[in-house]
Amino acid sequence: MALSHLAASASRSSSLLKPLSSALSLRRPISGDNSPLTVETSVPFTSHQCEAPSCSVETNPKELLTFFRDMALMRRMEIAADSLYKAKLIRGFCHLYDGQEAVAVGMEAAITKKDCIITAYRDHCTFVSRGGTLLEVFAELMGRQAGCSKGKGGSMHFYKKDSNFYGGHGIVGAQVPLGCGLAFAQKYSKDETVTFALYGDGAANQGQLFEALNISALWDLPAILVCENNHYGMGTAEWRAAKSPAYYKRGDYVPGLKVDGMDALAVKQACKFAKEHALKNGPIILEMDTYRYHGHSMSDPGSTYRTRDEISGVRQERDPIERIRKLILSHDLATEKELKDVEKEVRKEVDDAIAQAKESPMPEPSELFTNVYAKGLGVESFGADRKEVRATLP
Amino acid sequence: MLAIARQRMLGQSFKKILPAVSVLRSYSSAAKQITVREALNSALDEEMSADPKVFLMGEEVGEYQGAYKITKGLLEKYGPERVLDTPITEAGFTGIGVGAAYYGLKPVVEFMTFNFSMQAIDHIINSAAKSNYMSAGQISVPIVFRGPNGAAAGVGAQHSQCYAAWYASCPGLKVLSPYNSEDARGLLKAAIRDPDPVVFLENELLYGESFPVSDEVLDSSFCLPIGKAKIEREGKDVTITAFSKMVGYALKVSEMLERDGIYAEVINLRSIRPLDRSTINTSVRKTNRLITVEEGFPQHGVGAEICASVVEESFSYLDAPVERIAGADVPMPYAANLERMAVPQVEDIVRAAKRACYRSVPLAATA
Repeated sequence: MALSHLAASASRSSSLLKPLSSALSLRRPISGDNSPLTVETSVPFTSHQCEAPSCSVETNPKELLTFFRDMALMRRMEIAADSLYKAKLIRGFCHLYDGQEAVAVGMEAAITKKDCIITAYRDHCTFVSRGGTLLEVFAELMGRQAGCSKGKGGSMHFYKKDSNFYGGHGIVGAQVPLGCGLAFAQKYSKDETVTFALYGDGAANQGQLFEALNISALWDLPAILVCENNHYGMGTAEWRAAKSPAYYKRGDYVPGLKVDGMDALAVKQACKFAKEHALKNGPIILEMDTYRYHGHSMSDPGSTYRTRDEISGVRQERDPIERIRKLILSHDLATEKELKDVEKEVRKEVDDAIAQAKESPMPEPSELFTNVYAKGLGVESFGADRKEVRATLP
Repeated sequence: MLAIARQRMLGQSFKKILPAVSVLRSYSSAAKQITVREALNSALDEEMSADPKVFLMGEEVGEYQGAYKITKGLLEKYGPERVLDTPITEAGFTGIGVGAAYYGLKPVVEFMTFNFSMQAIDHIINSAAKSNYMSAGQISVPIVFRGPNGAAAGVGAQHSQCYAAWYASCPGLKVLSPYNSEDARGLLKAAIRDPDPVVFLENELLYGESFPVSDEVLDSSFCLPIGKAKIEREGKDVTITAFSKMVGYALKVSEMLERDGIYAEVINLRSIRPLDRSTINTSVRKTNRLITVEEGFPQHGVGAEICASVVEESFSYLDAPVERIAGADVPMPYAANLERMAVPQVEDIVRAAKRACYRSVPLAATA
């Protein structure tokens, strides 16, 4: 019955779509098709030392529906993590990304898994967009064996090397030189791929960032520095931390682009532009104007340094998921009910993953001593009481 | 007073004898002698030739031929894509090196001295050493950080610190320190081939010293194991552990002690982390006495770890308290006489060995 409902709505809307409705079967699946669609981004790009790309973004129904689903999944995942943290199933640090989903999703749409991404500690959604599973996320957050780092990393240390996601870093700003190093290696290996090194407005003032940028520009590395400007470095607003909060201009001799980071299509366009640029001309900076609904981490309510009106204002005016929803509805690519169904599905996926993650055991005690080295050489390592606990590193 | 005078005279006469003795010592089955500098250069050359993923970066490593000429000729041979001159930005270029290692390349990052590594230490520890563990084995970091460590001559406090103890305390790092040319070649090759981050602590004053090397050492496949100390000289009365330049001092000391009927066993640590506790303890169980020698600051130093290890593993074998000879507990002074007091001298090691053997000369205060 659900299917026939879908078919009915499909036949209604397919007549409104232009070219290929006749070729389509009446049972158009909710995942959409690849027929090209051009959307104008609402906020123009601002450029520094380069020509901004066009505001007309090429997309298609399938991509838009994927954006919607992926962002809904990420949103649901982060909110579920909030509850798990409050239930004390997640310990230590937990930095949530809800509000910023468009950056992860738009970037992924512009690149391949051979391009590298490296980010800081607000990494759950970036990990998922690189192909990480919900089970790996929740299990890692809860310190279980099924986690992407087998429970040994925690929230800030998600990695997925097979899809070139290099973490997950706890030291503010360190990931930027590391990312430039990835770009160096890509150029050295002649891979014709690029690296996106993400950092926040707080990290943008780090000296090592400028050191890495200098070297990247000197050596023409295919490095794209992406400042996810959510306007607050922990509790410090950007105007209190940076003399010049025009982060896209801070590269001086390195070109930059300011992008509406709440618009997945604008992000996609900018990343596509940046990739082409970096492969030909070396580093470029992208500043994503975005926002996080949560505080800096779970121990920060997020409302002592910003007003609740500001937060709800952004949610009303700029929420990335709502924008895609409006776009999908206005182009009749799906009905409201279908989108709500997607959200329900996604919620169930998240709940199932959490249940599965809770079943995963904590690491074996012997795991304390594994992976200290890639090649342990049979040396001894010690526990707190070395006469009691010793291990040989393989 | 008399006792001190006697000691000084002995010391001076030894100085006359020693050069001849050391020439005799250096003759071995192979006639070839190479400097530590040549050893390091040839090791880098051979490893770069064998593996295209190996590349060098650091200040002045390319066109300047290396601040201490360790990388001489390598730019000409391998080109600017594999020998990279960096700006003077340790944090930036070390991070870039570690990132390249994440991707699978094998960088050899040079610090002009390890004093400058402090600007990059976050990348060495947090980005390199801990990554394999935090990622449960996904991200290994096959990088080598090398350069001169410890005191040179007259370079003052900011340029003379020994970093062996700091780096060796960190799990996830391997820390090596060669003494002679054989060590330099074998350990650097091992470091470059190793899939983990290695801190390779050289010594500026040793670069120009020549040592005999066998044909085996000169072969391009030569490699020394990481984590194994070498017994440079066997003995039965007291064990002396040392690394880098202090091995040379310990060997001189062992010759001096022999004249007094004390036969010292000299252990060249080669590897500070992993520390070869087994070789050290086996030696102490044989000799029952231990002197640890290092150039660095005494508190929380390498000798402290060795002492603790021996007390834990071989307590009942000790016939005397463990003696530590280390740099003075002060920043390195410039004036030559003060500098001499701030770094271990041969006499200091001899005195400690005699104390451990209950053969002390009475102290000056009594005279």
